[in-house]
Amino acid sequence: MKSGMFFDFARRNIRLHWLRSLLAVLGIIIGVVTIVSMGILGNGLVLAISDSLSSVGDSIIVSPHAGGMGFGGGNAPDLISERDFEQIRRAVAPHITIPVYSGSSRMKIGSEDVVGVVYGLKPDDIPILLEIEEGTYLRGSSSAMVGAQFAEQNDIRVGSRISVGDKGSLRVVGILKERGMGFDINPDFGIVVEDRWFENAYNKAGYDLVIVKVKDLNQIEEVKNEIDRQLNRRETVVDVIDTKAILETILTAFNQISTFTTVIGGISLIVAGVSILNIMLMSVTERIKEIGVLRSIGTQRGEVRRMFLYEALILGIIGSGIGGVLSIIGGYAVSLVMLQTTEYLFVPSSLIYIVYGVAFGVGTSLVSGFYPAWKASNLNPIEALRHE
Amino acid sequence: MEEEINSICDGEKTIRFREVTKIYPLPAGDVVALDRISLDVEAGDFIAIMGPSGSGKSTLLNLMGCLDTPSSGDLCIKGRNIRGMNDEELTTLRRDHLGFIFQQFNLLPLLTALENVQYPLILKTGNRECRDRCLDVLLAMDLDATLYSHKPSELSGGQQQRVAIARALVNDPEILLADEPTGNLDTKTGTAIMNLLQDLNQNRGKTIIMVTHDPVIAKYAQRIIRIVDGKIT
Repeated sequence: MKSGMFFDFARRNIRLHWLRSLLAVLGIIIGVVTIVSMGILGNGLVLAISDSLSSVGDSIIVSPHAGGMGFGGGNAPDLISERDFEQIRRAVAPHITIPVYSGSSRMKIGSEDVVGVVYGLKPDDIPILLEIEEGTYLRGSSSAMVGAQFAEQNDIRVGSRISVGDKGSLRVVGILKERGMGFDINPDFGIVVEDRWFENAYNKAGYDLVIVKVKDLNQIEEVKNEIDRQLNRRETVVDVIDTKAILETILTAFNQISTFTTVIGGISLIVAGVSILNIMLMSVTERIKEIGVLRSIGTQRGEVRRMFLYEALILGIIGSGIGGVLSIIGGYAVSLVMLQTTEYLFVPSSLIYIVYGVAFGVGTSLVSGFYPAWKASNLNPIEALRHE
Repeated sequence: MEEEINSICDGEKTIRFREVTKIYPLPAGDVVALDRISLDVEAGDFIAIMGPSGSGKSTLLNLMGCLDTPSSGDLCIKGRNIRGMNDEELTTLRRDHLGFIFQQFNLLPLLTALENVQYPLILKTGNRECRDRCLDVLLAMDLDATLYSHKPSELSGGQQQRVAIARALVNDPEILLADEPTGNLDTKTGTAIMNLLQDLNQNRGKTIIMVTHDPVIAKYAQRIIRIVDGKIT
């Protein structure tokens, strides 16, 4: 019950000095809204990035060793031979192995001349990698599918015809769904054809890329090492990278950015804490005589301390509470402006920032109250009573 | 040693000073505020402490009020030696056994008259439902009941001092310490307050120690202690 009385004291003192209490609360509100909005923005950024990347996170990409000269093997240095591919396939079984031809070519669409990427894939592998937006998957060796961006830029529809250099004409049977940035292939800006057509047209001695789809993400490291061991035993023939590692590096970078923005929010909250410290010190100075009276009529040091801590706590709870509510709006606004979407706002990993922000706000206020409270409780009662 | 200290505090004396010296160390040199004072206060005494400014009367009152401790010598309050007590023990002693009445009244500005009286009782009992006891005490102060809900700033000096006395009495202390209790009041109100204190002394058995400049006020006391340069004369 005593606590109730001290709480009441604190409450009344805040009301008595409502203007400066309001300003301190405003500081906390701004601090909490900043920290939460920044946190939500950062988290949204990470989620957005990982959403656009995670579809390729289960892949290992095997490419010809950069700078390798291929001594004596007879292979062109920048291709993966059929023999190497077989070796990869055996090494990673039962995981799926997808050989990829790629090259860029001049194309004629209607009367337009453009340059685009051409991917050659086995028809069976295509559904594993790509999704159709419109039309169908490849049908016959003179059919082609077109990347979403490429189709849009060049006004290509299902049924359009594309002439690829001097290699012949292809009929568009499907438009691909936009895939976003990938580490394996980027068909958004190109076309996809059957491997047989590609072989006939370009007569390549090997593949440009082999994609290994790993069923269980936990096995990625293991599979990667196996390829490395089998193929790079004597000399480095292929480079093996897993997209998960790249993804993790990128996500780590964005997480750091997210942390950085949140820290900036934290600084604004610390500034708010200083303003609480300031008004609390003012409150102590103004009430020195009152503290002397409290002490002389039997209030313990700890009780005086509590009275002032409650004051800081009330300011902190009000400020952080209002800040917590407003930061939903702040987070919404900042997501809309910076990310052009609010889909990452109402997810637990974003909303948790409201809890963090409110907790940090209350904590900062409480910490700011410690020194003034300590100062008040350590006043000499006689000197405090004499104070005018 | 422990036994020796306790033996000094034996007996029926409400307050006992034995060779009490209080020195305030200042950069310019130590100031001896009280110089080996020995003094006994009996239960039910009404004592006026008089003396010029800086003579040490406030220091004497502060020591009796456990707001300060002696530099040397022994000071017993209700049979307990306060030398070597920590802040918490001194505070508890003040709360339970001493009532303070100040020249400036010193009511808590955030609280109403009734709440001011309730405050020390809540401190002691932890119970906020103590209106009856507080109303009884206020009633005895001859204060209009409509004023109970007023803040100190809305009360006259005399009314504030009555509330302050009620606050001092609410924990039923044996000792009342008054520092110029009429110093901020006009003569008529001052007389009324003194009559109240005299009544508390004579009919309720309170021990009262009062610091005053005013010889007229001092006449209410049974005993006058004069102090000059930290010594009782």
